Amino acid sequence: MNNPQTDNFPEGPSFRRALNARYRSASLWQMVFLSALLIAILSLMTLLYTVADGAFGYVAYEYKHDPTEFSSTPLNELGKDELLSILQSNLSAGAFKKLDNEKPMASRSHADLYSLFLERLLQIDTKQIWSMTDSFLHAAEIRAEATHKYPDAQLEFRSWLTPQFLSSPMSSRAEFAGVRTAILGSLWLVGIAILFALPVGTGAAIYLQEYASKNWLTKIIQTNINNLAGVPSIVYGMLGLAIFVRLLEPLTSGAAFGVIDSNGRTVLSAGLTMGMLVLPLIIINAQEAIKAVPDSLRQASFGVGATRWQTVWHHVLPNALPGILTGSILALSRALGETAPLIVVGASTFISVDPSGPFSKFTALPIQIYQWTTRAQPEFHAIAAASIIVLLILLLSLNAAAILLRNRFQRKY
Amino acid sequence: MQNNPPEHTITTKDLSIFYGNFLAVTDVNLNIESRKITAIIGPSGCGKSTLLRAFNRMNDFVPSSHVTGEILLHGQNLYGADIDPVEVRRKIGMVFQKPNPFPKSIYENIAWGARINGFKGDMDDLVEQSLRSAALWDEVKDKLKKSAYELSGGQQQRLCIARTIAIQPEIILMDEPASALDPISTLRIEELMQELKQKYTIIIVTHNMQQAARVSDYTAMMMLTGDSRSGTMIEFSETKLIFTNPRDKRTEDYVTGRFG
Amino acid sequence: MNPPFDLTKKPRIGESLIQSLLFLAGVLSIFTTLAIVYVLGKEAWLFFGSPEVTFAKFFGGTKWQPGIGQFGIWPLVTSTLVTSSIAMLVSLPLGLSAALFLSEYASPKTRSALKPILEILAGIPTVVYGYFALLFMTPLLQNIFGEQVQVYNMASAGIVMGIMILPLISSMSEDALSAVPRSLREAAYAMGATKFETSLQIVLPAALSGVGAAFIIGISRAVGETMIVAVAAGAGPNFTFNPFQAAETMTGHIARISGGDLSYNSIDYNSLFAIALMLFLVTLVLNLISQRVVERFREKYE
Repeated sequence: MNNPQTDNFPEGPSFRRALNARYRSASLWQMVFLSALLIAILSLMTLLYTVADGAFGYVAYEYKHDPTEFSSTPLNELGKDELLSILQSNLSAGAFKKLDNEKPMASRSHADLYSLFLERLLQIDTKQIWSMTDSFLHAAEIRAEATHKYPDAQLEFRSWLTPQFLSSPMSSRAEFAGVRTAILGSLWLVGIAILFALPVGTGAAIYLQEYASKNWLTKIIQTNINNLAGVPSIVYGMLGLAIFVRLLEPLTSGAAFGVIDSNGRTVLSAGLTMGMLVLPLIIINAQEAIKAVPDSLRQASFGVGATRWQTVWHHVLPNALPGILTGSILALSRALGETAPLIVVGASTFISVDPSGPFSKFTALPIQIYQWTTRAQPEFHAIAAASIIVLLILLLSLNAAAILLRNRFQRKY
Repeated sequence: MQNNPPEHTITTKDLSIFYGNFLAVTDVNLNIESRKITAIIGPSGCGKSTLLRAFNRMNDFVPSSHVTGEILLHGQNLYGADIDPVEVRRKIGMVFQKPNPFPKSIYENIAWGARINGFKGDMDDLVEQSLRSAALWDEVKDKLKKSAYELSGGQQQRLCIARTIAIQPEIILMDEPASALDPISTLRIEELMQELKQKYTIIIVTHNMQQAARVSDYTAMMMLTGDSRSGTMIEFSETKLIFTNPRDKRTEDYVTGRFG
Repeated sequence: MNPPFDLTKKPRIGESLIQSLLFLAGVLSIFTTLAIVYVLGKEAWLFFGSPEVTFAKFFGGTKWQPGIGQFGIWPLVTSTLVTSSIAMLVSLPLGLSAALFLSEYASPKTRSALKPILEILAGIPTVVYGYFALLFMTPLLQNIFGEQVQVYNMASAGIVMGIMILPLISSMSEDALSAVPRSLREAAYAMGATKFETSLQIVLPAALSGVGAAFIIGISRAVGETMIVAVAAGAGPNFTFNPFQAAETMTGHIARISGGDLSYNSIDYNSLFAIALMLFLVTLVLNLISQRVVERFREKYE
């Protein structure tokens, strides 16, 4: 038992020195670990700032036609009736009729008419735009540059995110484009997806948690659901393209219901594709919620002679519902931001008609962001940034709703 | 029995241990004699483990825990402001209730602690000696590179003892080291303790009175007392006295099994 | 003798009907998988069955242009590899470090303040990351590395993809780290180890398989990610390993071609399904491995 190696351990001051060295390298590494987190936070901040940077800033623009060609009244004093008569007399009869057909001209708002006036008659032409950072830091240089390079241009600080941006349909000119059609398209999509996925997903979860016995089939289903949750979204797009757009075209185009002049690339096809995509997420979340309902509750219910379904319907589901809904909202926010499957299923890239039913053609917010980001002109990047803000705000509200729901119905047991 | 006056390693003075506002252990005064086995016994929940974990400052990991009074190791207060708990644990090793080998090879389980503590000698030699001291060498010498998880529970616990003695502590704390083991493994651990006390001071917590009677030289009896139901030491003396002639009625009730 | 109660089974039609419906909902997921396999397989079969396409061309060629009879898959594969590798090079060290900090160092308060930020990062739509890659990361790279960085390039897409995957790696690794039992940490501390030695030399190795599972899932996400590469990596197949060059990935190619005017039953159309089938198989295998590893890991410590 005699151990000659005791001396091989540093003792006293030399141990203390070694220990201090150990502490030094420890705090060094702790800094490294912390900085990884800081990098993540910094990335998020930079991302948000980049978006804001693009959505606000100075714009230099010219009118192709002088306002005085149409009216002697200064631009900002033009009334609604005046605008209407200017439009009527200067637009070609055909163009005016077409606009009138989309929405009667007389019933349009002043802002609407004014932007038509700018778009069709004055023909605004954006010369250059500057980022928010530059606009704040180098306002004087920008003003000098603008007067030098574009003597006829007007310079103004613009927010590309305006109420009008939210309420206008698509336009081929970034200055007049809006996201109304896209927002409505997104809402339709998400609505159809949830209408399909929530009942089916909850049903599947109930089956797996409350009915299925532990056998090979159940295990396969469970593994399969976990795998489906990891399938790339673009593959769901291919599935939707082959099944909903092509195979079921008579149904999804509405041809079977008397809709004419339509193909399978409808909001219904896309919504169902999204539904398939979020289904595994909803099932997994719902399973967790059902699992959290204590067994004592089920036993109590069985104890008074309830059948399995009565137990599920009257006791398990009501208690699991907040959890199921929270999970579904989170799945919805996933669907709201998904882009790739929509591209494959065939979202329209240019459409100014609001979706009016399940068989409509559609576009969606993320599709617009994609389209505009990949355009070369910087003014499209600006409206892409503005629509990103809209999308992020929508997502934030959805998540806030989910958190509220979770806190409101926090489990009591 | 002894010619020299007993040499004390750990001495506690009015030691109380708190979890937040809860007083878990109150006013313990103990003298742990060097190279002896001291057992801490008492009914469950009386703070035996809490007291044991105070000796190597493992309670530091429970947020809001703190102590009042002193624990002196050779006169140095372990809870003094300038004391580094890492150094304390380097000197006071611990064996836990359930065997908890690292998910590494048998060899690495022993070598790791020595390495981080700056061991400079022949590692193979140290591993062999430690395993021999823990009476495990013959069983594992051919599979040192195998995972420690392949050993039986009793072997794992002896491995944990081996890894503790590899860093040459002065004191070994044992928190019910045999409670998760079968009788034969238990016996081997108890035999091992008798060997180890030639070199180390051992403090063992056990809920098994026979075990305390079999292995220990001194016994501390703890019990929940007072309105606050906090654990305190009600009697501390030589083990044979505790079991044959206890001073305290509650100790007598407990060791004779009449404790409700 | 007649019993006073009749306890025999009676048919409950409602109950059985509901149970059948629930069962259908449960097995629908299996049909989804079958449908994916069938759809991708069928069109891919048509693609490989067409006389112009041979396996030798498919796996041997370095040019992909089905319209003119070039069927080499490699340019799409290499760019997918390059972007995914860059993404993992970014996300693994950062995600793992973040997880170590959150699980071993951060106080509960700090953790509950920091984790939502990672969750926000995870919730941002990928098309927004695409915007970020094209309009922030690419200019940044051009500033640092000069003109060799093309407007579309794999590096920018890969780095931003890494940032996107970071929260996933971090949260899965953190789960694995916190699943390591307390007794192991205590054993290490009782040997006189510092907190750092305990977390890096005991806890991390013990959680390694869980971290590995996170890594594999991360790869699967990177390979299947579409929008970031569609926006920022490039709009045409290019056989190159230079990260500063533009090159289209498998997903990016599917998105671009299917987003255009694509006529059904053309070789272009079928080729997309062949690519998607490869994508599906690769991610499926990765996901299965990862699930298996996580299961093993759980069994070990439960």
